Amino acid sequence: MTGIDARFRLDWPGFTLDVDLALPGRGVTALFGHSGSGKTTLLRCIAGLERAREGRLTVNGEVWQDERHWLPTHKRPIGYVFQEASLFPHLSVLGNLRYGMKRMFDPQRVSLDHAIELLGIGHLLDRKPDRLSGGERQRVGIARALSVSPRLLLMDEPLAALDLKRKQEILPYLERLHDELDIPVLYVSHSPDEVARLADHLVAMEDGKVLADGPLGNTLARLDLPIRLGEDAGVVIEAMVAERDANWHLIRVDFAGGQLWVRDNNMPLGHHARVRILARDVSLSHDKGEDTSILNALPARVTAIADDSHPALALVRLDTGDTPLIARLTKRSANHLALRPGMEVWAHIKAVALIG
Amino acid sequence: MLTDSELQAIWLTVRLASIVTLILLLIGTPIAWWLARTKSCWKGPVGAVVALPLVLPPSVLGFYLLLAMGPYGPVGQLTEALGLGRLPFTFWGLVVASVFYSLPFMVQPLQSAFEGIGERPLEVAATLRASPIDAFFTVAMPLAAPGFLTAAILTFAHTVGEFGVVLMIGGNLPGVTRVASVQIYDHVEAMEYASAHRLSAVMLVFSFFVLLVLYAWRPGAKKGA
Amino acid sequence: MLRKTLFAFTLVTSALACADEVKVAVAANFTAPMQKIAADFEKDTGHKVQLAFGSTGKLYAQISNGAPFEILLAADDTTPAKLEKEGTGVAGSRFTYAIGKLVLWSSQPGFIDDKGDVLNKGNFKHVAIANPKLAPYGAAAIQTLTALKLLDAIQPKFVQGENIAQTHQFVATGNAELGFIALSQVMKDGKIADGSAWIVPTSLHQPILQDAILLDKGKGKTAAEALMKYLRSDPAAAVIMSFGYAL
Repeated sequence: MTGIDARFRLDWPGFTLDVDLALPGRGVTALFGHSGSGKTTLLRCIAGLERAREGRLTVNGEVWQDERHWLPTHKRPIGYVFQEASLFPHLSVLGNLRYGMKRMFDPQRVSLDHAIELLGIGHLLDRKPDRLSGGERQRVGIARALSVSPRLLLMDEPLAALDLKRKQEILPYLERLHDELDIPVLYVSHSPDEVARLADHLVAMEDGKVLADGPLGNTLARLDLPIRLGEDAGVVIEAMVAERDANWHLIRVDFAGGQLWVRDNNMPLGHHARVRILARDVSLSHDKGEDTSILNALPARVTAIADDSHPALALVRLDTGDTPLIARLTKRSANHLALRPGMEVWAHIKAVALIG
Repeated sequence: MLTDSELQAIWLTVRLASIVTLILLLIGTPIAWWLARTKSCWKGPVGAVVALPLVLPPSVLGFYLLLAMGPYGPVGQLTEALGLGRLPFTFWGLVVASVFYSLPFMVQPLQSAFEGIGERPLEVAATLRASPIDAFFTVAMPLAAPGFLTAAILTFAHTVGEFGVVLMIGGNLPGVTRVASVQIYDHVEAMEYASAHRLSAVMLVFSFFVLLVLYAWRPGAKKGA
Repeated sequence: MLRKTLFAFTLVTSALACADEVKVAVAANFTAPMQKIAADFEKDTGHKVQLAFGSTGKLYAQISNGAPFEILLAADDTTPAKLEKEGTGVAGSRFTYAIGKLVLWSSQPGFIDDKGDVLNKGNFKHVAIANPKLAPYGAAAIQTLTALKLLDAIQPKFVQGENIAQTHQFVATGNAELGFIALSQVMKDGKIADGSAWIVPTSLHQPILQDAILLDKGKGKTAAEALMKYLRSDPAAAVIMSFGYAL
């Protein structure tokens, strides 16, 4: 029995967490929301760092909390990455890594060497934490969380305290984790970019409640969610590198609903790729429009139309094959095109981001 | 320079202060830990009781201890029932009294050191499989090391300088309860000012060096990253 | 400290307000009789009396360092003599205002017989005495035990109070079964209030002379000289004796 069943109710002055979730027992699940949405609190409840009065938590068939049981944090087979690396200042990098290793009770799944290699911190082992950069510190923090061979990895905005450059430095390591280790991850974030890049499953939260919950592509394509995402509304499509056009420095990625040309980022052919298309970059027309600078146009069918946050704007949900897309346009344009569910249109995509 | 009885008083003082510091490290640490982390409504009252010797005149504390440890007092009846005899006029009576008297000097620096650590390192330790006790010894204690040093030095120095309580329950027995501060007092009262000056100078120099060590050490103490 | 400051403040302000005032430093053991005597004196003469109590050693240190006392009522006869020699006291003004009586006292009724035989029995752990170096009553206790040839036997059981007040505390709280203290400490309305006691015959020790001296600062002051005189009057003597002192 795989999967995480989490039900918590927690009342604090001015804040109530009330969630009931069934999460997949594999891949990366993003807990996404603005600050104060309760995502970190939920993560802390799962770690046992917060004790919800009413709660039930089973992880892959094991009860961690119910009416009678409550497993303290140090007995839960988790790894936890804090927002600030929170390394022990009195121990060297190696001392930090060994701290959990010595106390591990599970069979080893991640060797220390592997964790060190994965995060690229081999040259830092003798240093004290105060001699590390912010990015290095967080990599050590992640390696330390892996050093206990966790059966569930909990990450609380591990990149939030870092600047853009450091984020770019760490993201590839996180992707490697995702690809190389078979450890389910709960990843708290308020950044749509990180979610788009890393998550397989999305839980969107607001005011201590779950707003939406499901596989990343479907959930992002829900029309009630983009209103909250604003400019970041868009979808993520799983694709594969299928062709390279060296002349124009482009590659073609194929996905279930068609194909897209994107800038070549030297990804090898056959490689799995993730593509992000923002709603504001999708425009609609009745014809393919050959005479245009836009490289990618996909045939699609309108499945739903909804109001956006501004009264001038509408959100349109489309299907290209089985893959959902969303487009943001003015209501006037929608009216002009006489859009309605079931109608066949062309989706012109102004920008596609290849995100790994 | 110093007479035998003065050397005896100094040695007694050092022995008393060392034993009291050791005992208070054992007793004060859990109290400070509890005070630093509890959310119980008892935190206020317990903290106030611990701080009481700071505001109470030593002679008041000494008088109550004399009553409590005497044959009609609860402590006295307990120690006699346990076959330990009575505590006033004994070295161990001074130790017990000094433990009470110096308690805040151990607990308060430790409490603020523990509070300074915050929750986070302990949460980290818990996610790395460390039980609360394990985390206390392997994380909280090393991180609070400067606090331990401060607390131990303050406790030691304060016990050395203690006078009123010793006076009240000591009985001025040479080699047993006549510590340096009482000796100085005797000299002054007997108008033997030269002897008083000599012994006072020794105490002054000692106290200065203790505080020098304390203040010289502080800036070197590493802050958490 | 605060109390001392307040006291000094009171001294200064009252000196400004009223010239007919006398500041007296009083040995702690004479606190109670002196309060009574001062009250009577004020009623009789209209002068005001400011009393400060403390151990004789401490009062001496304060006086030699310029404390504004006009009269000292010491617990011994050596300190006034010393002050006179040093010129802080007025020559020829010294006299014995009271003679202390030594008592062996226990807070347990019946513990001490009226001949002091309890000292021979030795059925006690601690005997409290005042520090003989500092307190005349302590010195008298040592002389008494020496005269009784008991000093060597009893000395190991000594616990010392810094003054007779503290010595009294040791005995009153039962921490010492018995102790040598001043009769004035346990005397109430002309008799010993509680416990049991043996009033030590004055033949066993030198008399505990408590001397008064007029200090420099009191010289020529009406109120100070009046009080010195009043201390030797019959009404004062009656009060002094009622508190367990001899004359």
